[in-house]
Amino acid sequence: MRLYLAVFALLAAVHCEELFNGDQVLRINAESEDQIQILKKLERDVDSGLDFWTHAVSTEQPVDIRVPHSSLYAVKDFLKKNNIPFTVIINNVQERLVREREEMVRNAEMESKTKSFNFAAYHDLETIYNFMDTLANHSKLISKVKIGSTYENRSMYVLKFSTGGEKRPAIWIDAGIHAREWISHATAVWLADQIAKDFKENRAPVPSILSKMDIYLMIVANPDGYVFTHRSSNPLYRFWRKSRSATSNPKCHGVDLNRNWDAEFGGPGASDDPCAEDYRGPSAQSEIEVKNIAKFIMSHGNFKSFMTLHSYMQLLMYPYGYIGIDAPDQTELHDVATMSSKALNSWHGTVYKVGSIFHTIDQANGASVDWAYLRGIKYSFAFELRDTGKYGFLLPADQIVSTARETWFALRYIMKYVCDHPY
Amino acid sequence: MLCAHWSRLRRVSSRSCCATALRSTHSSTRLSSSPERIMKTFCSVWLLLSVVELSPAQEPPLPETAEDMASTGDLEPTHYPARRAAQVALHYLNTRHGSPFRVFGLQQVHKASAEDVEAGGRKYKLDFSVTDWASGSAGPALRCSADVLFPRTERHSAPDVKLRCEALQQINRTVQEEEAFYQKHIPPDSAVSARDIPDSYGNMSEEMQPFWRLARVAASFIMLRESSENTEFNMVQMASVTQQESSEEQLMLEFVVLLHDLPSQEIVQWKLLASWSPDRGVRVLQTEWQPRCPHATKPPN
Repeated sequence: MRLYLAVFALLAAVHCEELFNGDQVLRINAESEDQIQILKKLERDVDSGLDFWTHAVSTEQPVDIRVPHSSLYAVKDFLKKNNIPFTVIINNVQERLVREREEMVRNAEMESKTKSFNFAAYHDLETIYNFMDTLANHSKLISKVKIGSTYENRSMYVLKFSTGGEKRPAIWIDAGIHAREWISHATAVWLADQIAKDFKENRAPVPSILSKMDIYLMIVANPDGYVFTHRSSNPLYRFWRKSRSATSNPKCHGVDLNRNWDAEFGGPGASDDPCAEDYRGPSAQSEIEVKNIAKFIMSHGNFKSFMTLHSYMQLLMYPYGYIGIDAPDQTELHDVATMSSKALNSWHGTVYKVGSIFHTIDQANGASVDWAYLRGIKYSFAFELRDTGKYGFLLPADQIVSTARETWFALRYIMKYVCDHPY
Repeated sequence: MLCAHWSRLRRVSSRSCCATALRSTHSSTRLSSSPERIMKTFCSVWLLLSVVELSPAQEPPLPETAEDMASTGDLEPTHYPARRAAQVALHYLNTRHGSPFRVFGLQQVHKASAEDVEAGGRKYKLDFSVTDWASGSAGPALRCSADVLFPRTERHSAPDVKLRCEALQQINRTVQEEEAFYQKHIPPDSAVSARDIPDSYGNMSEEMQPFWRLARVAASFIMLRESSENTEFNMVQMASVTQQESSEEQLMLEFVVLLHDLPSQEIVQWKLLASWSPDRGVRVLQTEWQPRCPHATKPPN
């Protein structure tokens, strides 16, 4: 109702500016039936110039009235004399209209910039970083947070989706920790846009989730690796997985960032050979990229869910990776993952298998999901996105949007569950 | 590749030992009981010996994965031991029935069981469904059953597969397409050559699809041969195709393919020479492992 009024007022304002300057909106909390009758009488008086945004019906509901500047003193005096309690909820209607108009222009700008952004394509790091700026600069909801730099000194950014509060319980989603898994970055780019859209268009459950929780989305967790995969079409570059740090072997670079976490580091589910694709690194958190993320999450201290996007194999997994015994929350995590995979399947019929990392893929030591879970972040999941091997890492770009959307169905389920099950 | 293979071998035997030690640590509250102390000591000594790299002949026949230790008999169909065995059956299926217009992919495993057999091998019995990638998401699923035997010998030898798929003969034959493709490329002036199919962005032209499928089928011969319970191969790219002079009315193609192994995450490169005709199907004549790892000196197995 108020939105329509604002738009109408906006149209009016286009013709005559300053129409509502100094007007206030008062919220009346009537305490008795007598007071309701007084308000009803006031409303019936068409010469009063008062604009009732909500009607006087009962003492259960507040009555909102826009009062023209010229009548303010008289109306407030009248209410006080009748002992009718009120508060000022909009101090200056004109100012509010100007702000809303500015926001609409910003949103239209962002929409045209993001509408022209090609989500059905794989983009390089610079383009993705520019897209993040577009989102963050045009939305009060989104801010870009730098959490540190990479080995080759590139900035590591996470997008924070927040409606306010102070360190609200938060959800973490990262993509691209393995450079060659391009569908994960592309999905995260689409997700960022979709979360912003769903919030703006008031689409459940996003607004209610964001009223209680923050979402942190890291689109590129391994910028050095990602840049390396774009260097050339040569398979040596395109299929790079690890970071780009120097190792003890001058011929071999990089550490598998998803074996470098402080979670049973040093076990057999990773390699100690610097030339191996799953080289764990010289020590836990030796990689600056992992250290930055771990530090950020630990110092925040209030994350309730940790999810990481990878490809390929179409799997939705939970801890543990380092060992085959059930995690204490196995039953619940399995149920959540199962329901989430059903939500995913409802979009396009894509089938995901569900299980612990250890049993579904292989033993993995130093994995991020184990790290998060062992630090008390109960709802920790790892996604392996499309496909099951036909194209593998080289998933055609025309599958990006459908992959992202079905993944969104799954993530939405999990986020709503996390929100509904605080701990 | 030597580097990856060695660390895998080492990892495989130490893994089960470490898992035992870890399991006893986690499940037991009385850590100081004798059997557990002995087990822990044994594991420590074993790990130490692994590091020192005794010759393979002295390795005791420990089960190869911690998963296996728990499950002889029925296997969880969504877990990796069943899936890896099914992929091996898939590779076999593709070597027999794959073509430029047909490549089978695993849809899902319905039932699986495993048992140890004499001579130290392990036999998997599988019930699974496959789809034809060439017919896209519209294609029907084929029900198959297979026995996959992984021998456990000192040196790696190929798994043995016995396979039955229902209605295999009844699925849409692609005779016309095969014939047209064959006629187009058998003339002496045909000299197809291409690189990086698909490209970095997943693009693959219509024209290249049959060659990519042939590469995938030819690669299946290698993947089948190289598979063990500790590998899960897939072809991630046809790095190159170069048509050779036709011989005996067969299309002759030299491929370089890139294979991805899921457990180790390694990308392995193979060069191979394959022939194809609608009558004779795909045959692989030569294979050559190509080192990508800087310090590798000889191929695995």
